[in-house]
Amino acid sequence: MNILISTCSQGLIYAILALGLYITFRILNFADMTAEGSLTLGGSVCAVLVINGVNPVLSILIAGLIGSLAGLITGFLHTKLKIQAILSGILTMIALYSINIRIMGKANLSLLGKDTIFKIFGDTHISNFAIGLIICGVLLSVLTLFFKTRLGMAIRATGDNEQMMRAQGANTNFKKILAIMISNSMCAVAGALIAQSNGYADVTMGMGTIVIALASIVIGEAIIRKNSFLLKLIAVVLGSICYRLIIFFVLNLGMNPSDLKLFTAATAVVLLALPNIKKTIKRSVQNVKN
Amino acid sequence: MLKIENLCKTFHKSEPDEKTIFKKLNLNVEKGEFVTIIGGNGAGKSTLMNVISGSMFPDSGKVFVDNKNITNLFEHKRAKFIGRVFQDPLKGTAPTLTIEENLSLAMLRKSKRNLAFGVTKQNCEFFREELSKLNLGLENRLKTKVGLLSGGQRQALTLLMATLVKPKILLLDEHTAALDPKSRDKILELTKQITDDAEIATLMITHNLEIAKNLGTRTIKLEQGEIVFDLEGKNRKNINLLNFE
Ligand SMILES: Nc1ncnc2c1ncn2[C@@H]1O[C@H](COP(=O)(O)OP(=O)(O)OP(=O)(O)O)[C@@H](O)[C@H]1O
Ligand SMILES: [Mg+2]
Repeated sequence: MNILISTCSQGLIYAILALGLYITFRILNFADMTAEGSLTLGGSVCAVLVINGVNPVLSILIAGLIGSLAGLITGFLHTKLKIQAILSGILTMIALYSINIRIMGKANLSLLGKDTIFKIFGDTHISNFAIGLIICGVLLSVLTLFFKTRLGMAIRATGDNEQMMRAQGANTNFKKILAIMISNSMCAVAGALIAQSNGYADVTMGMGTIVIALASIVIGEAIIRKNSFLLKLIAVVLGSICYRLIIFFVLNLGMNPSDLKLFTAATAVVLLALPNIKKTIKRSVQNVKN
Repeated sequence: MLKIENLCKTFHKSEPDEKTIFKKLNLNVEKGEFVTIIGGNGAGKSTLMNVISGSMFPDSGKVFVDNKNITNLFEHKRAKFIGRVFQDPLKGTAPTLTIEENLSLAMLRKSKRNLAFGVTKQNCEFFREELSKLNLGLENRLKTKVGLLSGGQRQALTLLMATLVKPKILLLDEHTAALDPKSRDKILELTKQITDDAEIATLMITHNLEIAKNLGTRTIKLEQGEIVFDLEGKNRKNINLLNFE
């Protein structure tokens, strides 16, 4: 039972990352690869701060702030220097690899014996789960409200139809940069929490996390198909928890941990392709009938 | 109101496929004027609108609005006083946003996009009124996603959005070309209603000579970036005789 709860807690932490990527991938229509770098950036910054005695909660917030700078760079490369979306993200991500090692001074830092947000609240399975739940709850409310404001609405419309937004007098470059910054700041917060939860930060901790987030998003979309914005975000969180549970079960069934990434990628592919496969089958069935 | 002075524009300058569109084009449009623009494919009609709206910058020459030089003003800054409807009905609206959200964005054209709520009750009342004038039944579907509407409905909505906050200049680039005859007549009727305003200067591109003659107050024809005729009022009746195309 306890292990199930801690699996769910982990899902909640990774949900922050998935929500961040939801903003770029789904709302902005911008495939942002920075995420893997900014997650590690958040972890590194937070680890260094905590080791130097900074309050762990404050460290998480600072990590989020620094993470938004990574987004700022990607946004700048894309909107001002006109570099392709994917490439802008990859460039920042690669650069961050070196930067993260600079920040930590080596490839990994242990937080053994240091204060973490989890220890502050007792470090029980239930309290850790509650921390994740509260953070996700706050994020969901803030995001839902934000995307209903004039600014948030303009960001959604920019992802939808950039030309129209410019014709309506909006500085779409600013909107894009802002959204990418918000997204990366969330990735960094996730990184900071993962570092505190695992007890260490590692320069490779971001590797493959985009696919995990993407898998969570599509799993969520497969569970809840509703139009309401809040429900869509809740779906992402549930997707992330489901992903963790699935991983937990396949590992228990004896899957080799090093095969996990392959499994995750395959799951994402299947779920992404599912709507199209369904359509094709429907059409061929109809063709046979006619 | 709108003044274009010595406009020059060449695409792919000093490359093998260099293409000169405008060589010192001059055009003056007054307040309340409604200019219909005709001319063959590639004559430079859309390019002219792109230069006016700021989605393209000229090589040389100036664009003035109300005697203010706006040649180097960014597109989104000009949009505060320029309304635009594109040929493609999909281009003017955000499909995953609702009708009320799209209209709210258009309402905010001149205001700050801050953290105030995007859709307000008061605005919705106003939207309902404006939408009912379109006679498309959209006034009862404020919460419908725009992506679910037909091309004609979306174009009507775009036209409304372009004029919800009254622009100084309205640019219509073949905005009825993608519509069936019924929707086309509807949109043209709306265009007439909206542009009846004595404050707006309108430019409309069309390939339909009848529409060009019967709508608006003035007709110009572009050919290879030059104005080959410029007729006002009654003189336009004889356009057919000027061996069109
Ligand atoms: N961004 C661009 N880059 C290069 N060439 C362009 C660009 N935009 C337009 N042109 C060229 O400029 C010429 C004029 O194009 P424009 O779109 O203004 O024509 P048009 O009069 O609107 O024609 P149509 O009736 O077909 O819409 C065309 O030959 C076109 O190929
Ligand atoms: Mg054209």
